[in-house]
Amino acid sequence: MSALNIKKGSTSHSAYNLRPTFSDVHETHTLAVIVDNEPGVLARVIGLFSGRGYNIDSLTVAEVDHTGHTSRITIVTTGTPQVIEQIKAQLGRIVPVHDVHDLTVEGPSVERELALLKVGSEGDKRVEALRLADIFRANVVDSTLDSFVFEITGTPDKIDAFADLMRPLGLNEIARTGVAALPRGN
Amino acid sequence: MTRQMTGAKMVVQALKDQGVDVVFGYPGGAVLPIYDEVFQQNEIRHVLVRHEQGAVHAAEGYARSTGKPGVVLVTSGPGATNAVTGITDALMDSIPLIVLTGQVPTFMIGSDAFQEADTVGITRACTKHNWLVKDTANLSDVLHQAFHVATTGRPGPVLVDIPKDVQFASADYTSPQKAKTSHYQPRVKGDLAAITDLVAAIETAERPVFYTGGGVINSGRAASQLLRELVDATGIPVTSTLMGLGAYPASGDNWLGMLGMHGLYEANMAMHGCDLMINIGARFDDRITGRIDAFSPGSTKAHIDIDPSSINKVISTDIPIVGDVAHVLEDLLRIWKSRGRKTNREGLGKWWDRIDTWRQVDCLAFKQTGPSIRPQHALARLEALTKGHDRYICTEVGQHQMWAAQYIGFEDPNRWMTSGGLGTMGYGFPASIGVQMAHPESLVINVAGEASWLMNMQEMGTAVQFKLPVKQFILNNERLGMVRQWQELLHGERYSHSWSEALPDFVKLAEAFGAKGILCQDPADLDDAIMEMINHDGPVIFDCLVEKHENCFPMIPSGEPHNKMLLGEASTKDAIREGGAVLV
Repeated sequence: MSALNIKKGSTSHSAYNLRPTFSDVHETHTLAVIVDNEPGVLARVIGLFSGRGYNIDSLTVAEVDHTGHTSRITIVTTGTPQVIEQIKAQLGRIVPVHDVHDLTVEGPSVERELALLKVGSEGDKRVEALRLADIFRANVVDSTLDSFVFEITGTPDKIDAFADLMRPLGLNEIARTGVAALPRGN
Repeated sequence: MTRQMTGAKMVVQALKDQGVDVVFGYPGGAVLPIYDEVFQQNEIRHVLVRHEQGAVHAAEGYARSTGKPGVVLVTSGPGATNAVTGITDALMDSIPLIVLTGQVPTFMIGSDAFQEADTVGITRACTKHNWLVKDTANLSDVLHQAFHVATTGRPGPVLVDIPKDVQFASADYTSPQKAKTSHYQPRVKGDLAAITDLVAAIETAERPVFYTGGGVINSGRAASQLLRELVDATGIPVTSTLMGLGAYPASGDNWLGMLGMHGLYEANMAMHGCDLMINIGARFDDRITGRIDAFSPGSTKAHIDIDPSSINKVISTDIPIVGDVAHVLEDLLRIWKSRGRKTNREGLGKWWDRIDTWRQVDCLAFKQTGPSIRPQHALARLEALTKGHDRYICTEVGQHQMWAAQYIGFEDPNRWMTSGGLGTMGYGFPASIGVQMAHPESLVINVAGEASWLMNMQEMGTAVQFKLPVKQFILNNERLGMVRQWQELLHGERYSHSWSEALPDFVKLAEAFGAKGILCQDPADLDDAIMEMINHDGPVIFDCLVEKHENCFPMIPSGEPHNKMLLGEASTKDAIREGGAVLV
């Protein structure tokens, strides 16, 4: 059970029954924030994090409902339980924010990230890169005689592991999308 | 029925439909179409200030003293940037404002045009919400939503940036009733289970205390009424933050006085020693808590606040209740009554005995001796001579502000206008103008320090032009008193730039603006001079020369808890330790 004792399905309005302990332990949480897709909304969210000194480990944003004009912002952030609660409450206060979901405590969720890695190498290293890519189920999306661009999808940990392996094999550029996440089941 | 009109006309129409009667503003190139519409009507009065910061503070004074939102109209670029301090002030103190700014035409945005500034970008962090309207068809909806957002939930300032071409173009006007409903609907009813927990705690607590704040005032007059009923029925002592003064009357039996850094000894000791702290609409500001890890160590803490982010922000709360103060207090009273109106009488009796011993310290006692007027005396006399009046008090920021809070008693909400969160020097004078606009027949006094007052002295022009008989009661110590006090306590009495060498002759200054000036420096003349100020029908600058090196006590030194108060000069040596020195 989480130290925060947050009920499943709680949102920004769940402060009613929260009794967090002021712990020093840092936790990483994935937040899904549903916002009106209007100009400046991302600046408001980012400004909140920079203005109040919170961390952003990763952030992704895109419109998810074209008729309702809502976007989903997925933020991975790190802080003490008290700071995480503050972040959620502060996000909930932003006028164009509809909902804040803490996927880390609201039950199991799936998280995925996409990365593109450019690996330049020749000979054995080139073969080894291709073999490892196969193990990680990465696709080759571009190839020259002395380089590959791999496309890999997975959890951030998996991408980290793949990048670590590619580094000695000639990894010279990496682009990552940041995390997209959804709760499992209904 | 839809009505076609220009964007400029829509602005005026929306203000009328929202019940606005006064706008504080300053014209400029990018708002000329709106000013042209203002010219062609008589329902909304426009107060021409002398600086945009003054417009915002005046609107704050208007809002704080009426409970209605204040409206500001300024131009693009410098008009908007000058308004930023006032907007930030309103955000910190949760004052509902609608700030309308002109903007360069949409097709010039981003081209570094004349008087262009990224107003929504600049004010994003200091407004509750803001909008740049790029299409006249959306303007009336946005304006109505602006009023909704500013006044709903925790109130605050909002800004609508309107490019000049949007003001000229025409579209259909939407009335407030037909405007798009906002999804922004903060919850006002508190959780009944939590409220019942609080009632149970009240029933058994031996040493309870109510700690009330600006949220009670913001919630409306009903909230203050319910608070009074609750306090008087339970017999629980009540203290308040700077922002909450007047919610419970200063003459009430259970009143402990203000708490916090310059709060009363009995209030702070009660906070430190209580076993149940009931925070109603306050936010555990650092001026209140002092050292966090030693803040009220033995108490169960309940917190009623409409803003979920206030809960557990700095102090861990045992009974959090998110909701509007009036709604929550109504439920609280109902549940407490239905459970038999119980309190722990024996415990409360002993608690009051202890409080009485703290009261006997008489921490605000002073003696008016010597040839110069002591500032405490000046305020005590002002209080005595204006007590029966229909009176509104504004302040600037500094020592005089704390003395005003200590020595003036507030019997009703909305009678006390001061810059609490941001601590904006220059707030009080324009605020008094806003108050006087809303209450033309009342006695409006701005208790000021000479340094703060000079920051927005240009508003004398406004006061005179609009015949606003605001009384500027300046406690003139020729020093930045609070800065000087901290330099004395913290920086070895090295008074770095905390005095003014070239102060104006305030009497002549008043006369130069066409107002009345009164100079008072002899304690024997004080009462007559104050009466002369009150009786003069017009704006007055009252230059009260006071003791120059007076310090403001009691004081919780920074970095110390409530029970380590300094009561007077004798206790100040080495009072602030290394850790406290970094705090402001």
